[in-house]
Amino acid sequence: MSVAAVKKARRLPDLSCVPAVDEVGVNERVARFQTRSIKKSAKVEALKLILSMIDLTTLEGQDTAGKVRQLCQKAIHLHDAYPGLPHVAAVCVYPNMVSVAKEALAGHDIRIASVATAFPSGMSSRKVKLEDTRTAVAAGADEIDMVISRGEFLAGNYRYVFDEIVAVKEACGDAHLKVILETGELGTLDRVRRASVLAMHAGADFIKTSTGKVQPAATMQVTLVMLQAIRDYYRDTGRMVGMKPAGGISTSKLAIHYLVMLHETLGNAWMTPEWFRFGASSLANDVLMQLMKQSTGLYQSADYFSKD
Amino acid sequence: MAAANRLSVAKTYKIYIDGKFPRTESGRYFPLKNKQDAVIANVCRGSRKDFRNAVVAARKAQAGWARASAYLRGQILYRIAEMLEGRIEQFVAELQLQGRTERQARKEVEIAVDRLIYYAGWADKYQQVFSSVNPVSSAHFNFSVLEPTGVVSIIAPDDSGLIGLVSYIAPAIVGGNTCVALASESLPLSAVSFAEVLHASDVPAGVVNILTGFRDELTEQFASHMDVNAIAWPGDGRKMARSVQTLAAENIKRVIARPKIDWMSDEGESPYLIRDTQEVKTTWHPIGS
Repeated sequence: MSVAAVKKARRLPDLSCVPAVDEVGVNERVARFQTRSIKKSAKVEALKLILSMIDLTTLEGQDTAGKVRQLCQKAIHLHDAYPGLPHVAAVCVYPNMVSVAKEALAGHDIRIASVATAFPSGMSSRKVKLEDTRTAVAAGADEIDMVISRGEFLAGNYRYVFDEIVAVKEACGDAHLKVILETGELGTLDRVRRASVLAMHAGADFIKTSTGKVQPAATMQVTLVMLQAIRDYYRDTGRMVGMKPAGGISTSKLAIHYLVMLHETLGNAWMTPEWFRFGASSLANDVLMQLMKQSTGLYQSADYFSKD
Repeated sequence: MAAANRLSVAKTYKIYIDGKFPRTESGRYFPLKNKQDAVIANVCRGSRKDFRNAVVAARKAQAGWARASAYLRGQILYRIAEMLEGRIEQFVAELQLQGRTERQARKEVEIAVDRLIYYAGWADKYQQVFSSVNPVSSAHFNFSVLEPTGVVSIIAPDDSGLIGLVSYIAPAIVGGNTCVALASESLPLSAVSFAEVLHASDVPAGVVNILTGFRDELTEQFASHMDVNAIAWPGDGRKMARSVQTLAAENIKRVIARPKIDWMSDEGESPYLIRDTQEVKTTWHPIGS
């Protein structure tokens, strides 16, 4: 695309034209997804797909280099007792841990995602946020998870939020940009839809529900609204945008419900780690325990799975 | 309104998982009949998934329950006894409904109350009885203490409705274990009512979980689950006993078989039954030579 075309594509859309969300309809649709029966070999395939879509995450103030290395080991060796498992899509860490992860994952096809822009609140100046982003990219992050300024968004200052995403996208260079809407602070599904449209027009490669620091984090309702926004954006512009629900998805059963929802909203094209991710940490072991249950017939214990 | 005109309010007998009374996830039931072949209740036919959910709850509750002080665990067991005492008439009537005479039933419920008090008393004493300081010929202070083994699955004896179940559950939980128990298949009603007693007795959710259902269907699940640390059961049936032993070996589960115990007698209560679900941990503490 020419510079002009890029600029044209990145125009703040008229958010008053964004369709309103029917909350009752969303709830009913979500309830339907949970009635699908995925069993036996289909379940095994779904579980393996889920593993390959996980962004294995540690975002704690108490993270140390040792903890991050341990997480990377887990990413590489999910469960060696089960041959032929896929590896996770990425590990997700704070910017100052990117170089540690880079070293630990050397030679492996696992991407490194880093949160940036004054994660998780985003309450800092534009200058600091851009510097934060550049630091993470320079350290070797393949993907940047940024947060939007929820305060500005809720105050109706859409231009500010839009420009900020555009600026961070530029600072990312080749790194993929995931834009965290923090839906738990947006309050209504209508705002979730509007923020999704805004983020995609501003150049987001992925839109992501939550930081994991605010309750409620990812829910199937907000994820459905965001998936529908992605679908409509794709129909309008022809550009695919990825989706990452994060926080609170800790069981295989729930993750399979999300896959069903993804499949029935966006279709097969999105059913890959390139276009869909789970931000999670404890989900991986639950999926592994389910896989071992399928292969051994015995219900499993966390005692026999490495911690991440 | 005259009592004769009142509609009967039949109780729905549910299972007890994580401090709640759900129906079985499988949606299956079996009719319980009396000697006259009349249906007296529909009972949940619990499934392996109910068992799995119960083990998750028991595992979640175990660390907290083991951390509770011995004094508190004793008080809670005493509280269960108090609650059961207050409902003696209900339990007597229910046992009679399942074919016991009133005299038998009353005796069984009273022994159950006394047994709970017996184990409540042991809560802060079994540790002293079974712990030891061991003589070693090196410069170490060497001592052994008991620790709860973890999650215990229990198959209650089939020939008693209440006392068997109580005699299995009490020694397991007084030592800091959590448990998932399968009620007697032929006399399941009192087990569900006992769950209601537990529920009213400050027993934390998940510490005791009670299922009803078929022994043939569930025993092997109780033996094979990798997140269960011990199975306590009557050990009846040679073929099943072999199967339980084999499956339990998968994660080196402790297998406690208690055949031919008369739970109505004094042999039904003993601190050794507490020790059955305890692990001995020995510590070598260096001292100056």
